[in-house]
Amino acid sequence: MAFLEINRLEKSYGAMSVLKGINLAMEEGGFLVLVGPSGCGKSTLLNTIAGLESISSGEIKIAGRRVNDRRPSERDIAMVFQSYALYPNMTVAQNIAFGLEMRKVPKPERDKAVAEVAETLQIGHLLNRKPSQLSGGQRQRVAMGRALVRKPKLFLFDEPLSNLDAKLRVDMRTEIKRLHNSLGTTIVYVTHDQIEAMTLATKIAVLKDGHLQQFGTPAEIYNDPVNTFVADFMGSPPMNLVPGELVMSGKAYAVAIERDGTAPVVLPIANDRTVVSPAGQKVVLGIRPEAITDVDGADRNAKNVIRVSCRTEVVEPAGSDTFVVTRLGGKDVVARMRSDAAVKLHSTTDFAYNMDRAVLFDPASGNRVA
Amino acid sequence: MTAQVSTIADTRSESSPRSAPRVLLYAVLILFAIYYLLPLFIMVVNSVKPLSEIQGGNMLSLPAQWTLEPWQKAWNEAQIGVQATGLQPYFLNSILMVVPAVAISTILGALNGYVLTKYRFPGHKIVFGLMLFACFIPFQIVLIPTARILGTLGIAGTIYGLILVHVVYGLGFTTLYFRNYYEAFPTELVRAAQVDGASFFKIFYRILLPSSGPIIVVTVIWQFTNVWNDFLFGASFSGPNAMPITVALNNLVNSSTGVKEYNVHFAGALLAALPTLIVYIVAGRFFVRGLMSGAVKG
Repeated sequence: MAFLEINRLEKSYGAMSVLKGINLAMEEGGFLVLVGPSGCGKSTLLNTIAGLESISSGEIKIAGRRVNDRRPSERDIAMVFQSYALYPNMTVAQNIAFGLEMRKVPKPERDKAVAEVAETLQIGHLLNRKPSQLSGGQRQRVAMGRALVRKPKLFLFDEPLSNLDAKLRVDMRTEIKRLHNSLGTTIVYVTHDQIEAMTLATKIAVLKDGHLQQFGTPAEIYNDPVNTFVADFMGSPPMNLVPGELVMSGKAYAVAIERDGTAPVVLPIANDRTVVSPAGQKVVLGIRPEAITDVDGADRNAKNVIRVSCRTEVVEPAGSDTFVVTRLGGKDVVARMRSDAAVKLHSTTDFAYNMDRAVLFDPASGNRVA
Repeated sequence: MTAQVSTIADTRSESSPRSAPRVLLYAVLILFAIYYLLPLFIMVVNSVKPLSEIQGGNMLSLPAQWTLEPWQKAWNEAQIGVQATGLQPYFLNSILMVVPAVAISTILGALNGYVLTKYRFPGHKIVFGLMLFACFIPFQIVLIPTARILGTLGIAGTIYGLILVHVVYGLGFTTLYFRNYYEAFPTELVRAAQVDGASFFKIFYRILLPSSGPIIVVTVIWQFTNVWNDFLFGASFSGPNAMPITVALNNLVNSSTGVKEYNVHFAGALLAALPTLIVYIVAGRFFVRGLMSGAVKG
């Protein structure tokens, strides 16, 4: 049975609907990341799970117990806020112990619990300081300590890393992942950063305008996006989305894509794909930058690699890889080459398209057709 | 850091010798200081000289013979009511009125501000607008309805009646102060405390109140000054036993029998003004700080 269950959840402020029929379920010990652009409702969804905001209809269950009408303190949750929300008038130790104090845990037990958490998070030397005397990373740790100390059933994180600088963010990300692995806690985590989502999650829920777009494992979301929004939102650089036309090449389907000057490129679709559209239909080909490589760098296990010559428009060496931009179907197409691939600017180069990893969308609705 | 700033300031004042605008600035400031201090000076010097010297026409000069007798007379001998009690009992009345009135209106204002910013309900803006409106109602308009209400409650002519009137009248201001202060208070802290299991009042006095020092000082000074200095409500709603010092002072100064003892009147006026002066001197610097906080972050 699912540990966290959200059924047909709706939330509206007056006439404005911000969450529209959300259905989610997560197992115990999972790490659910809610991701989406700002204003998509992900923070609101987290707040409704926390009980900080009421819901208009639907149901939220934590560990099999319906918590719709429960107050935040009765839901056995802990939350880490974006601004950390450390009580400015209390020391670090008092901050961490506050939740236990409110639950009338005796002082000796509280002290013991605080010491344990401080040990885990390596903040023992900070316990007598005030939050104003801490750095951003230290505040972040204290905020996590305050959540950890109560050993709740469910942890909620609201964009906890967005106030940290880039390097610290990567460190804390690793730290959170390590904590999750070692403590086996169940976490719901909100972020707008798709890399955070990919690295941390066991399950990702992509939201847009209050609608749940896709819910699945990071690999499913990344490799099998249900629509162009998810395809575009996840991944950096995002998936290439190139308009083309569905054609028959022999017995198999293929996508024909316009190319400046020369004949259209015809890219066959893998045989094991179910294509739901008839030939002649306009489609959008979705292909990740790493599925377009230099010929030597092509995936040796891929069954369906097509060579395409294209003129290079931009070459961006990024150290580990080199991103090469070409024009196809009137769009910029980004290819991810090995850093040592011999690519010259404004010259015609052979690219290897791994069509095993290509997907097709309907241009009007943006939904998957293959 | 501080050292650096001060050295910069020093070099600046040294490098630019007193320029004409600066001299003008100081001249104007000193002029205004004299303008404001002169009445106080006259009150003080005349309160410590015998009546004969004032009657001799030496109002501006320092006393030839120093005496504290006018103060002593104003405090416990002057004829105010039926008995010659001096201002003493009325001073006590004012204290008995002002302390609960300030405390209650400040606490209620803080609670209002807390609810209006952190527990928003539909129509919270209208409620706040109406409370704000209360700040602009002139005292005179509400005299008769207030008298009726106090009569109905059976506390007309008592200190309790005055406390109630001042609490109700002060609520608009105290709510305004606390609401604006708590508006800038991070809501996430309240949410964190909710998740931690703190109740409505626990959040209030464990999280919000400890951070409310500046605004409490502002509110207390404001309320203390207003309630202490109020004359109209005091004159309208106090019986002979509940009369606050402002009304008593008026009775002292305006008594039409006998010789006008100006020195006693000055001493009485200073006695009546002393508590507010002390409050300003003790808490004045927090007052400015409190008015500014919220305007500037941190």
